[in-house]
Order: sequence, then C-alpha cells, then structure tokens
Amino acid sequence: MKGIPSYTATTNACKLCKPLGASLAFRGIEGCVPFLHGSQGCATYMRRYIISHFNEPIDIASSSLGEKNAIYGGGPNLKLGLNNVTEKYHPQVIGVATTCLTETIGDDLHRLLAEYKKEFGTESSPLIVSVSTPSYSGTHMEGFTAAVKEIVDQLTTESAPNGTINLFSGFISPADIRYLKNVCSDFGIEVTLIPDYSDTLDGPALNDYPVIPKGGTPLAAIRNMGGARCSVEFGWTLPGQTGGKVLESKFKTPLHQLGLPIGIRASDRFFDLLKELTGTAIPEKYVASRGRLIDSMVDAHKYVFNKRAVVYGEEDLVVGLTSFLVEIGVQPVLCATGGKSGKFENGIKAVLDGMACEMPVVKEDVDFYDIEIMAKELDVDIVIGHSKGYAFARKEALPLIRVGFPIHDRVGGQRILHLGYEGAQYLFDLITNTIIDKKQSDSTVGYSYM
Amino acid sequence: MITSAFLKDRAKQIHRKGSVPFELDCNKDSLAGAVSQRACVFCGSRVVLYPIADALHLVHGPIGCAVYTWDIRGALSSGPELHRLSFSTDLQEIDVIFGGEKKLAKALDELIDLHKPKAAFVYSTCIVGLIGDDLEAVCLEATKEKGIPVLPVESEGFKGNKRAGYAAACSAMARLVGTGDIGNISKYSINILGDFNLAGEIWLIREYFARAGIETVANITGDGRIADIQRCHGAALNVVQCSGATMDFANILEENYGIPSIRVSYFGIEDMAEALYAVASHFADPELMDRARSVVKNEVEKILPELSKYKKALSGKKAAIYVGGAFKAFSLVKALRLLGMDVVMVGSQTGTKEDYIELEEITDDGTIIVDDSNPLELASFIKEKDVDLFVGGVKERPIAYKLGVAFCDHNHERKEMLAGFQGMLNFAREVYSSVMSPVWQFVPRRSEEG
Repeated sequence: MKGIPSYTATTNACKLCKPLGASLAFRGIEGCVPFLHGSQGCATYMRRYIISHFNEPIDIASSSLGEKNAIYGGGPNLKLGLNNVTEKYHPQVIGVATTCLTETIGDDLHRLLAEYKKEFGTESSPLIVSVSTPSYSGTHMEGFTAAVKEIVDQLTTESAPNGTINLFSGFISPADIRYLKNVCSDFGIEVTLIPDYSDTLDGPALNDYPVIPKGGTPLAAIRNMGGARCSVEFGWTLPGQTGGKVLESKFKTPLHQLGLPIGIRASDRFFDLLKELTGTAIPEKYVASRGRLIDSMVDAHKYVFNKRAVVYGEEDLVVGLTSFLVEIGVQPVLCATGGKSGKFENGIKAVLDGMACEMPVVKEDVDFYDIEIMAKELDVDIVIGHSKGYAFARKEALPLIRVGFPIHDRVGGQRILHLGYEGAQYLFDLITNTIIDKKQSDSTVGYSYM
Repeated sequence: MITSAFLKDRAKQIHRKGSVPFELDCNKDSLAGAVSQRACVFCGSRVVLYPIADALHLVHGPIGCAVYTWDIRGALSSGPELHRLSFSTDLQEIDVIFGGEKKLAKALDELIDLHKPKAAFVYSTCIVGLIGDDLEAVCLEATKEKGIPVLPVESEGFKGNKRAGYAAACSAMARLVGTGDIGNISKYSINILGDFNLAGEIWLIREYFARAGIETVANITGDGRIADIQRCHGAALNVVQCSGATMDFANILEENYGIPSIRVSYFGIEDMAEALYAVASHFADPELMDRARSVVKNEVEKILPELSKYKKALSGKKAAIYVGGAFKAFSLVKALRLLGMDVVMVGSQTGTKEDYIELEEITDDGTIIVDDSNPLELASFIKEKDVDLFVGGVKERPIAYKLGVAFCDHNHERKEMLAGFQGMLNFAREVYSSVMSPVWQFVPRRSEEG
C-alpha cells in the first residue's frame, strides 16, 4: 500500500490524554477519590467523557488552578483542594495526578505533598498517592499503567507470604473484571485484582448518592501484594516499569506477563497458568464454555472466513482482538493505534505466530484521518473498535463492531465482555451476526433464513 | 439545613428563597476540591465558536483538549461540516521545551491547504499560555500566506472560568466583522446571537422570523458561516440569546457599528412568543407585529392539544434545574410551570448577580438557588426536595439516574430540538417520557417507600 502522508497536526485522535487513564485507575481503588492537579476544565472534561461511557457518576476533584496559581505555583490550591476533598468525601486515599499545566509550571508534587502532610496530616488523614501524568507525553494508557504502578509503589509494604495472587488486569471493562474475579474464585484463588472499578463504575441504583461508591481493590490487600505467591500482568506493550515489575524488584514477587486473554489461545494461556499456579484442574464450566465456543465457531465459520477487518484502539486491546480474529478466520488488514509504545508491532507478530495468515498493516501513533485513508485502500469488510471510529466507518459504509472504550453511541459499554471463552463467544456471535446482518440488509431478496 | 454535603466556603453560593434576605455569591473561581461541574476558559471558547461550520478549528495544545471536544455537540450545519473534525497540534514534550510555534505554523499550512476553510481559529490551551508561543504572530503570518483570516483565540484554560472563554471567542470573531459586503440587506434585519443550532433549532427560529417578515443576516454561531459573520454589521438589530456567551459580541457591534441589541430566549411558549414580539416591536412596523402574532397563534394552536395531555400527567411533579448559563434557567422555570410542574431547585455554573436576582424573583418560596454547584450538593438537593425530574447536562445525568430521578438533557450535547414552539412540545414529550416511565417503581427510592 502507498505510504500515508505524514501530517503535522492530529485529526480525530485515536487516543486520550494521560490523566484520564490515571483517574480511571484511581477509581478502582477502595475509598479513593481521583484528584487532578491542574485547571478545572481537565477534571470536568474527563468526567463527561467517562460518564458518557459508563453511565455512572464519577467525581474527579481538581485543584482548580487560576492564573495567579499558574504564576506563583499551585501549592496553596492543591492543599486547599485536598482539605476540601477530605472534609467532604472522607476518602481513604486521594489519588493525585498532575496535568500539563502543573508539570509545565514546575510544581514539585513530592515536595508539596510532603509539606501538606507535615502541615495537615493526622492519623486519620487519607493516604495520598501521586503520579506524574503530563498529557504531552504518552496516552491515557500510559497514565493508567503509571497510576497503577505508583499505587503499588507507594502503598505496598513488606509482608509475609500470604498465598494470594496479584492480577494487574489493565484497562478492561467492568464485565471483564467481574469475569476474571469469578474465574479466580472458581480456581480457589484469593486474588488481588487491581484496579477494580467493576462496582465503582458499574454500580446499582441507590437511594443515597454514594459519596464514594462501594468497591475497588481493598487497601489492605494492596498493602500485602508483596507477599503474594505471584503477580500476573496482562499486556504485550507495557512500559518497563509496571506494578508487577515494582513488586518483583522490591519484594521478589514472581511476575508472569502475558497478553490480554482474548480469544482461544490467549485464554488457554491464562487458564493454563492458573492451573499451573494452583495445581487445580480447569473448572469444568470453563472447559464446557471453551467447547461450546469451538462448536459455535465450527457452525458459523463460513460466514466470517476471509472477511477483512480494521482493528483500532489501545495497543493491548488491538493485539488481543487481532489474536482472536485470526483464530476465527477473519483477516485483520489494518491494526492501528494512537499509542506509541514501540512494542505494538512485535505484539501483533507474536500473536500471529503459528497462524496461517498474512501480516496486516500495523501502525502506531496514527489518528482516524490516517486510518480512514489506509482503510480506503484495503478493501475492508468490518471495523472493530470503540465509538470514535463510527465517523469513518459510516462514511465508508462499513459495519462497526463496538468494543473497548469509549462506547458513546450505544448503551452497555461497561457490560461488554471481551475476555476468556465467554468473552470470545460474545465477540464471535457479535462479529458473525454483524456480517450476516450486512449481507441480509444489502441483499435485494431479503431472506429471513440465512 | 446545612448537611455534610456542603463546604463552609460554599455556603454563600447557596440560597433558600424566603429564609433570609436574598444574597448570593457568584462569578467566583471554583473552589479547589469542590468537584465543580464547570469546565474552563477553553470550553467557553469552544462552545461559542464550534458551530462555525466552514472554519478550521485547530486546538494548539496536548491532545486532551481537542479529543474531549470532538463532535460532542449537536450543532448542525446545512453545508460544510469542518467543525465536526477535531484538529490538534498534539504537543509533545519536545514542543513544550522548545516551543510549539513552528509546529503550529506547519500544521496550519497543511490543514488550510487540505481543507480549504474560509477562516481558521487557533485555540490556545493551558500550556501554550505558559511556554509563551506567540500565537498572534503565527496567525498573522498564516493570514498573509493563505489569504484567509487566521484568528488566535486566547482560551488558556486556567485564565478564569467559562465566561472568560466566551469573551475570548467574541473578540476573535469580532476581527471578522466589517469585511463583508452589506448591500441588499433588508431594513428589518437581525443577527441571531447565542443560538448554536442544536438539532437544527436555528433553522426553526429563522423560519419564524422570516414568516414575521424579518431577514436574518448572520447566525452567531449556529450553522455559522464566516462570510455571514463578516457582513453581520449590516444587520439592524442583534437578537441575543444565551447572553453570557455572546453579549460581548453584541456589545462590540453596538460600540463599533451602533447596532442595538435585545435579549431573548427561544425556550418555552412565553419566551418564544416574546422574542418575536420584541423584535417586531423594535422595528415599529404594525405589519410585522401582525405577522408575528399570526406566527405565534398558528404555532401555539398546533401544539396546545398535545401539551395539555402532558400537563395533566405532570401537574404537581417537582423539578430541579442545573444548567450552564442562568438565562436558560429563566425559560426553563417558565416552561416547567407551563407543564404544571413545581421548580424546587435551580442553579447554574456561570450566572451573574443580575441573573440570580431575577431567578429569585420568579421562583417560589423555598426554592433552592445555587451557583457553581457539585455532585454532592446536587444529590442532597434532590433528596431534600424529593425531586421527580432533573433538567441538566451530561454530568448531572448520572447523579439523577443513580438516585432514581427522571432526567431531561438541556445541554449542548443533546440531539433533540427544544427551542421554538415545536421545541416546547419536544421538551414536554421528553419530560413526560422520562417522568412517566415505569422504571421508577423499581428504583430503591420508590420501591422502599412501601
């Protein structure tokens, strides 16, 4: 294919900014209020963006810096903000993330927070975890991973071996989180899954507004993560420093890194790992759902075979989806991401290893303008990714299969299950039916029996 | 009743009518840590300029600011849709260190050649204000080179609140005025200011005015065009809705071209009719007034039968309002009254002293009036007043829904036309369809009442 012209500006970005990822991660910690040190707009914009996906309240505090603070430093507002959040929310933890404003004016967060603790800290004060997330370097995924790493780095202490397993599950849906917790429970594993926003961003209707919603990774468990049997961390494109790596180097907690368990082979790898770690056979219900998945794939393989897909979104999600697509005979022709970890292409290569398929075009650091230009040349059948690809999919009259984040034009984004055999089953049915639907709608006959 | 939901520093921004003499603090910087529903200066500028559909809107900053404002508003265009693309210089660390001017100049050069806009707006963001890029110089250079107006918008997020952003947008737009041909403009001509053509509203309003014999010169800014703004000084009257956002522009036109302005609102039967009458009476031509009356009569007759059906069902239900600008709140109070509902709480993000005095006058005793509120406060008001309906925006929606309260979206993201006579009917339908839904009997708030 022809090279895409390299434009200076980004048009319709396929990425979000770093503090958004950090806010989501903090939301997955028990009793934690995310707090952005910056101008008021950042917190509000991100809340709106997150709310529109989860349909849940998310209170993100801000130090609400004004012009004077930008000149004289944001310290006083940071302290006032922390005091106000403490007074109103009674949090156990406040997760402070910086923004481009405070990074650029040179606020030294460590010094400011040390001062704050000296000035206002009491025994009942909330813990404060801080993370540097200037949005001019990296995407929301780097922000997410960095926040998780800092949580562990700042809260975990030396502890006796406790037989638990840590699960750094990455940026997945609440349905995915619940699924992983069930799997672990069925294996008899006591798991510390972090961050766990399965309740805090997908909670029940209530009679009282939850000042801080119930749920989240328990603090007591986070403190003891160093004593776990091991850590399992999902992701092919993770940075060198992660929560799992921190525990490994600080407490010698063994670390297993593997891709997101999307599709058969990646799920097998995860289940095999749990089997190996526990010495327990894979619970019958998962064996059965794997069997049903394969049976359904046989039943419907002709509908999907050789269909050409564009897959975009966060690097690890795209790698995982690509792995699954080649298992069902769909040909990924373009794998694209706005991230630029430098590890994306290798991740794709790794999951295609041993599968008889062509290497797709793999592009990191692209926007939807680029994706659209490339897609035009690739004779595409389906598009797989979040809602922001809708604009170009519509233009090209391609069906969009919605996965990941954000889902802003459908309900239930938080309930999409991507992981494990059950997630693969859901995705398989969705992809197959989307293809059938397209064929049916495009047909002049209008068969009701496909 | 002051509960733990309120911070001491916020007390002066909450008033209960009838309890004490009216006094309300407003137009203040948001309190750090209070989780304000407000955004920032940049947001204010984006709100005003976004609907100008044949302009290039380039956000000079890191990716977040552009990506969170990509195609989120329901502002429709009857022609070009350049405003729906999200352009960003996507500043990286290296740009922050060495300055972003060159990148900006190159981005403008490429984007203008590619998209051939009629003008370009370059939005400044927080860090641009800090690293000292000379936007004025870069824009001037681009103007010379490309032969279209390239206008800097001084919208650094931290330099005040949304109102400052409105002002920045108005002064950027003002640079366009006076350059277009104003021949062939009727003596009964207006500019429509402060309608953003959500769901096509401005088309409806223009049609009403046209039927009353009044020509619209420029839409500012719904379905906006650069050429129209360039000749808007040829209009005889500025008709200003959403005065917070565009009154500055009207004032500039009055100062420079002696064009008077009147404030109107198109929400609700009373205000819509009043808007037509006010414009007709400004031109002091009895024929115009007759025509305006006939428009009102015709339109009201069309919607009354259906409206009365909703009124019957909604009578006595309690409503809360929290919107961006207070001017819209006046209309909403009246419109909800027309439906027989009691407004028990009303607030805004950016109301002025005068706005709140007027609100106090038109509301009933016991009504809570609040400036720059936040989730915990709003949730406590909902509980305290046992509200049946909340009218607000995306950030208020999950608060209402979580507590089992009906909701009507009256913000810029909405896709329903709520202005004009037809809009009143749509509003009633939407309120009715939410309030009367059977789901409320299952939420804890109602089911636990026994």
